[in-house]
Amino acid sequence: MAGAWVFAEVTPDGPHPAAFELLTHARSFDDDPTAIALGPGATAAAADLGAHGAATVYASDDPVFAEHPGRPAAHVLAGLIEAEAPDVVLFAQTYDSRDVAGRLQGCIGSALMGNATSIADPRHARAEIFGGTKIVDVELAGPAPTLILLRPKSIAAEPTGGTARIVPLEAEVPEDERGARIVERHEEAASGPRLEDAKVVLAGGRGLGGPDAFAMLDELANEIGGAAVGASRAAVDAGWVPYSYQIGQTGKTVKPEVYLAAGISGALQHIVGMKGAKRIVAINKDADAPLLAMADLGVVGDLFQVLPALTEEIRRRKGS
Amino acid sequence: MNVIACAKLVPTGTPTLGPDHLVVRSGVDGALDPGDEYGLELALQLTEQHGGDVTVVSMGPDEAGQALQRALAMGASRGALVSDPSLRGADALVTARVLAAAIKRYPFDLVVAGVESTDGYTGTVPVTVAEILGVASVTAVRRLEPSDAGARIERMTERGYDVYECPLPAVVTVTAGAVEPRYPSLKGIMQAKQKPIDRPSLQDLGLSDTKATQTVTAVKDAPTKAGGEIVQGDEAVVRIADLLAEAKVI
Repeated sequence: MAGAWVFAEVTPDGPHPAAFELLTHARSFDDDPTAIALGPGATAAAADLGAHGAATVYASDDPVFAEHPGRPAAHVLAGLIEAEAPDVVLFAQTYDSRDVAGRLQGCIGSALMGNATSIADPRHARAEIFGGTKIVDVELAGPAPTLILLRPKSIAAEPTGGTARIVPLEAEVPEDERGARIVERHEEAASGPRLEDAKVVLAGGRGLGGPDAFAMLDELANEIGGAAVGASRAAVDAGWVPYSYQIGQTGKTVKPEVYLAAGISGALQHIVGMKGAKRIVAINKDADAPLLAMADLGVVGDLFQVLPALTEEIRRRKGS
Repeated sequence: MNVIACAKLVPTGTPTLGPDHLVVRSGVDGALDPGDEYGLELALQLTEQHGGDVTVVSMGPDEAGQALQRALAMGASRGALVSDPSLRGADALVTARVLAAAIKRYPFDLVVAGVESTDGYTGTVPVTVAEILGVASVTAVRRLEPSDAGARIERMTERGYDVYECPLPAVVTVTAGAVEPRYPSLKGIMQAKQKPIDRPSLQDLGLSDTKATQTVTAVKDAPTKAGGEIVQGDEAVVRIADLLAEAKVI
């Protein structure tokens, strides 16, 4: 039986949802995967991790892991790996987890594979490359454990209703090995559903022309109800909306019932983050925009007319 | 402040895989990865304000010299290119080992890189370099200023941003949008031709094992989604509303 470990990111709201997906991936070849949870809330997270299939949870609530992201977690993992010799460690392809994985690779010299979408066993996994146009099967050599980063939402998390055995970790992280320290945190006030959970995602791109035009998407989202507003990388890079809006290779992966893109041409980098949507609507004035070609409904037109008219139409239908 | 900027040559346009399942890099048009220009621009601004030099380091085929030329034309003082046939198909670990060994040949307070390459998107190489060098790191940086403790750094997060106090030396990755990369001036392009490019061999770097631990065993096309319908004009609004109703979201 292959020993699969899952690095479970702990957030202020509990385990990162991707941790449950990683446990589901792990259970395809290991009935009793182990989860590692580090930072404040780790012990409390063990119940949810157990309910999604973790047989054992190594947990430490030490604030050092939250104050110094990356390095202390990698060093503690390296020590645990030496003692327990797992075959593979799975990570979510998020900024925080991949920093831990990259550091860990520097410590232990194992193979690391990014952007995986499924895993057959500790030495074989699959990834989509070039914006999801090619599927590659990859074989991993080198010392155990292999390190595999899986893209969020590449599998649906399946609860098992199990209970995990909790093993408290006594982590000693020397002062000079802690690295950069967080001294302030700034969180944008979020309203409405999270992008990753919303049934309808409305995304704006360069075609919106500026930050003010996002108000049209906000109004439409309000009228639909339960819709979230996102953006392409171009709109985020231009500074029109914060990074938390970004959908794509860099940014969030969404799989809503309906994805409506306004003024987004459809760079490969964007398509990776939304191609799993059940229905895709694209509005673009350029008939050659690649996103129109893959949309279930492509609208060649002026979004400054279509969006307000659509909000009005939905209001009218709800009223009748 | 001496800064080392990492640079990668990436194919312009959509990359392709050769019969050996590796990205075709030789004989195709390539350019400095646009993602690397942000780190380079930050490096140039820091040295302009606080003194010091920018050295740009790359690993790749001979053609990677093009990426270095652009970086030199933008204002870097010198380049270093590690090029060896055995590095073709290098994975993240080999790349990190090569870059770390090349970086160590120069004095540095800061190493800058893009957040991830625009062909591979793994995004782990810079932190692995930091681990090998034994220094601190911060990824996804949108702002950096020298401070008493080393550097005050803003890092983008899924919810907003965090402020870090980071000891130097350190490795940072710089997000698109953090700075506006400059265009090389004509003078810069002319001067670049005179600037030195070091070409250390793997032996110079003390590296012998450069065998990749990742092998692509099969490649296939992903199923393409059949396009739907294209509509225009007044019909569009009603059709979108119908689709939303069909999906039971209104």
